[in-house]
Amino acid sequence: METMKRIWNNRRAKDTTIQVIFLVVVLAAIAFIVNNVIVGMNRLGMSLDFSFLSRTASFDISGDKLISYSATDSYARAILVGILNTLRVAFIGIILATVLGTIIGIARLSKNWLARTIAKVYVEIFRNTPLLVQMIIWYSAVFLTLPLIESEVTLGNALYFSNRGVAIPWVGDATSATWIWGSVLLIGFIVGLLLYRFKLKQQMALGQNKRPYLWLIGAILFAGIASFLITMQGPFQLSIPAINANGRSYVGGFILSPSFGAILIALVMYTAAFIAEIVRAGILGVNKGQREAAYSLGLKESTALRLVIFPQAYRIIIPPMTNQYLNLTKNSSLGVAVGYPEIVTIGNITLSQSGRAVQMIIVMIACYLLFSILTSIFMNLFNKFTQLKER
Amino acid sequence: MAQSDIQPSGLKTPLPPPKHTTSLANWLKENLFTNWRQTLFTLALLSFASWLLYQVGHWVFITADWSVIPPNFKLLLSGQYPVDQLWRLWTGILLFAFLLGLSAGSWKGVMKHVAFFLSLIFLVCLVLPFVAFETRLWLSGAILIMGAGFGLGHYFKIKKPTLLLWIGFITIAGFLLHGFGLLPSVGTNLWGGFLLTLLLASVAIICSFPLGLLLALGRRSKLPAIKYFCIFYIELIRGVPLITILFVAQIMLPLLLGGSVSIDHIVRAMIGLTLFNAAYLAENIRGGLQSIPRGQFEAAHALGLGTPVTTCFVILPQALKAVIPSMVGQFIAIFKDTSLVAIVGLIDLLGMARNIAANPEFIGYQMELFLFVALVFFIFCSILSYASRRIEHSLGVGDR
Repeated sequence: METMKRIWNNRRAKDTTIQVIFLVVVLAAIAFIVNNVIVGMNRLGMSLDFSFLSRTASFDISGDKLISYSATDSYARAILVGILNTLRVAFIGIILATVLGTIIGIARLSKNWLARTIAKVYVEIFRNTPLLVQMIIWYSAVFLTLPLIESEVTLGNALYFSNRGVAIPWVGDATSATWIWGSVLLIGFIVGLLLYRFKLKQQMALGQNKRPYLWLIGAILFAGIASFLITMQGPFQLSIPAINANGRSYVGGFILSPSFGAILIALVMYTAAFIAEIVRAGILGVNKGQREAAYSLGLKESTALRLVIFPQAYRIIIPPMTNQYLNLTKNSSLGVAVGYPEIVTIGNITLSQSGRAVQMIIVMIACYLLFSILTSIFMNLFNKFTQLKER
Repeated sequence: MAQSDIQPSGLKTPLPPPKHTTSLANWLKENLFTNWRQTLFTLALLSFASWLLYQVGHWVFITADWSVIPPNFKLLLSGQYPVDQLWRLWTGILLFAFLLGLSAGSWKGVMKHVAFFLSLIFLVCLVLPFVAFETRLWLSGAILIMGAGFGLGHYFKIKKPTLLLWIGFITIAGFLLHGFGLLPSVGTNLWGGFLLTLLLASVAIICSFPLGLLLALGRRSKLPAIKYFCIFYIELIRGVPLITILFVAQIMLPLLLGGSVSIDHIVRAMIGLTLFNAAYLAENIRGGLQSIPRGQFEAAHALGLGTPVTTCFVILPQALKAVIPSMVGQFIAIFKDTSLVAIVGLIDLLGMARNIAANPEFIGYQMELFLFVALVFFIFCSILSYASRRIEHSLGVGDR
């Protein structure tokens, strides 16, 4: 009894006991679950191996594919198609949401009442309705109610809108001109960069505005005109969409399927509302004195924003922005509701077709954890790069 | 503004401070037509805004056919809940209204605003043209009883009993909903529509709070086994989308718990939502815990208080108060996220709208139906976010 009490009063002994009890409980729970899974799977005649991934998938993916895939390919390749589709919508979505969100965030602080109000209404509407509802509205109430492909709407036979999606002209095959264009443009870019540095040096030395960026843009433009004069054609063959002979699909061009369009627009509009609030908070978080100092130096409002306010606001903005990027990537999983073939949709089909529920869920979770880790590593690096360098 | 204040050089006597008049002309000049560039910008925005307003207004009032809502109103709100048992839901709503009124009277502040908005919603429902007479009676009863509760709370200030009543209300509401044999049982398969949305959200919010609290404390624990377990749990859940958690709950939960336990689909979704929300809530609470200065711990220990007592009575009250706004934000998020259960086959408000839209009888009404769903979510989320802003304001967040 006495020894028990002494052990209990010993801090280290107490801590160890608590942890041992905790670990025993957790391990027992895990053992219970794992045992249940094994027993359950045996009963249902399932196994835990991943060899099914190399079997033929025998389902087709319509529309959005970044790599070639057909029903005779393996499950693993189908999953790869899904991963690439997730990455595609996340990548494009992050860029567009950042641009739109920043514009709205700045508009929220505008001196113009109308701009302020429109931005505020936008944020309130898109933040306070579920993303899934927005996505379904875009999909089933906007894209699917576009005219049938038979009675499509077209702009100059190059742009098509129909319930099969939107088709736009896109970069086609490379030609012999591609290489000339590429090399001339590269030379133009390098020359432009040298000019930029030279003019910037001059500007610093003389204190006059030498407009260095105009020289850079000019050099690239000049290279573009030069390569056109040399080859007398564009850098690529233009692939212009047309309606297929059977009248039910598009050929050529770049086709935005209704589900891709819906998920992209919904993700961008929704996330932009959150990014706008982050940008606003970041700008407001910059010390007021900095803004006043910039104005008293006679800087224009836009210049002050670009050179004084924003570089400091970045430090406040980046950590929550990382969260929004992660959220956008995770939210792309809602594509399953509108049939966009991303990782969850493909996983879901595979899961029900092969009966390998446990394995497929592990694959899906592993994919998202990998995306999360990669995004946060990248953003942490960026964050470190922009942080205040203090002694 | 900043430019025009600058005093022209060569002026001997300083100018008097500019008069600040709030006349309409001045306001317009300051906010819309400061200079020619602003004027141009304003005009461009104005034409865009009026075009948009016209398009939306034209669609809402002329093109749209809202006739799909009245025949499905009951389905959207309470799903397949039997009509002859609806009085149980109404009793629950009446109780809720009474308690809300009581709290509004006792505490004022945010509660008063929420009660006001809710009675406004009841009032709007009351004057909707297609609502049945019986429903009107119940609604006016709810408004009256909320007023009665307010008066009672206002004069007697019964805070503690009100809190107890709220806890009792949860039990009574559950009993009323299901019946548990005493009243005719209404199985969870009949719960649907907005009723299900509200249920999923409340269960997720209420149950995830203690779990999130424990996880947050565990994550800051000095004991490595507990700390790393909590970190692992939180990061794992936060790293994957909610829909995969819901799939795990729907597909794998029966497998994880063994064949002997059978769990209802709705309960599975509730478990998934709770486990998911707890991880996010834990991070919010951790932020609050981190904001407590060391001195508070040291002072408590110097008084001879043990760690559990310090945590419960010194640290947590301060930490939780500091993060109320961000917790409300998380509650809004989970409320919106409950719509995801429509993907795993539950018929919540969104699921019901999808079912009706797929019904051949109502084809072509998607926009009206989904906008209705969006509107319901919008109203409730707006009330919550308004409440969170009021709380933020009254706590003085950002002012100190």
